[in-house]
Amino acid sequence: MKRVVITGAGTINARGHTVSDTLEAMREGRCGIRDLDIRDVDRLAVKIGGQDIDYDEHSHFNRQQIALYDRFTQFAILSAGQAIAQAGLEFSGSLAARSGVVLGTSGGGLSTQDENYRVVYEEGKNRVHPFVVPKLMNNAAASHVSMQWNLKGPSFTVATACASSNHAMGQAFMMIRSGMADVMVTGGSEAMLCFGGVKAWEGLRVMSKDACRPFSATRNGMVQGEGAGVFVFEEMTRAKARGAEILAEVIGFAMTSDAEDIVMPSRQGAARAIKGAMQDAGIDRSAVGYINAHGTGTAANDKTECAAVADAFGPHADRLMISSTKSMHGHLIGGTGAVELLACIMALRDGVIAPTIGYEEHDPECALDVVPNEARDAKVDVVLSNAFAFGGLNAVLALRGV
Amino acid sequence: MSHTIDEIEKKVIAIIAEQAMLDVQDVTAKSTLEEIGIDSLGVVESIFSIEEEFDISVPFNANEPEKSDFDISTVGSIANAIFGLLSEKPA
Repeated sequence: MKRVVITGAGTINARGHTVSDTLEAMREGRCGIRDLDIRDVDRLAVKIGGQDIDYDEHSHFNRQQIALYDRFTQFAILSAGQAIAQAGLEFSGSLAARSGVVLGTSGGGLSTQDENYRVVYEEGKNRVHPFVVPKLMNNAAASHVSMQWNLKGPSFTVATACASSNHAMGQAFMMIRSGMADVMVTGGSEAMLCFGGVKAWEGLRVMSKDACRPFSATRNGMVQGEGAGVFVFEEMTRAKARGAEILAEVIGFAMTSDAEDIVMPSRQGAARAIKGAMQDAGIDRSAVGYINAHGTGTAANDKTECAAVADAFGPHADRLMISSTKSMHGHLIGGTGAVELLACIMALRDGVIAPTIGYEEHDPECALDVVPNEARDAKVDVVLSNAFAFGGLNAVLALRGV
Repeated sequence: MSHTIDEIEKKVIAIIAEQAMLDVQDVTAKSTLEEIGIDSLGVVESIFSIEEEFDISVPFNANEPEKSDFDISTVGSIANAIFGLLSEKPA
């Protein structure tokens, strides 16, 4: 089997428009969750989110592009551009044919749907813009990335709600490992912070109205975020031969299904995915120093995730660190695992563990080292990234430093 | 429109019975949601039905149900809580 390394990273999210800005914010524990600035916010009960309020599409794209690019596509293109520039790759000839793009998203062009439903239902118009369909489709981001960078190999979109990005990156990893592709652009993107996108989550009554406080006894729900994270995954001998800077090695991946409940998480399903990723990586559990948690800040997720980690790691669960950066950037749903992978890379490369901010009070059901409130210096060799989706679909990645 | 507590209770029993897929005579004011098989997702859906029926907004966060002033421990307590919310509502 081939080995797979990461040679480029890019992001845009509420905490930064570049990887370095995002990592600096994570190191400093700065919160990007704020009052939402969206149409009809006064009709929402939940009025906060990890919204990128500084983002202006006109400073990045022209009129024709904006007519075709939903916000989630814009985020994916900007992040992919950073990642591919860092990797220093140009795709032509046989490399283009053996390179693809797999991105995760849950809502796809939800803002485009929201805007155009308003036009026909609320405003009573009988005509919509001709590009509504190509703008809202879930594969629009992956397709535009493939077009912009001439990626002609396996390309598609993965939608598994909150695990979409991890499932996408797992696919990319497996494709390179098996020899199907040499380079894969992968990650995820989400832009659900529109009236309909927040109102739908509000209905489920799992949202916090004030803050995301993962693992804290005082947690009262999740907070939505938006943005993208995109990486360049590359076959290792190829990356080394061209002298590319290697950010980390992807060493394992596993996915499981709870086959239980459409919203309630399962300890067994999560634990099987965690154990599976370590088994796939061929590592002993004592090698893992840090886990980037799914850590949504809901009562159900956080206690179930901690129980799953305890199951999977036994006594080593008390020696590893686990944190949730959703406390800073919010829950990016289909893009969340990708932005969170940045915290994993920071742990491996810089020896800095991103904190779980907003942590107020110990919860005996979350009795792990959750790196409360302040980043920590620590040398770790192997890290995991957890994602557990509604629908009981779990995906865990394992990374090693180089 | 004002409701007596009996009217409210009758409507709540109908909503809860439909949610639990039971006959109305199998649900009483003393019934707890748990014993008639309504899980956390069912609670959220029942509250939605109550808000629609009575045109009220029920304060309820599934992450901390115990912190809500809206007591969902029994069908009767739900009816009382609705009565309270309706009496606070501007006419």
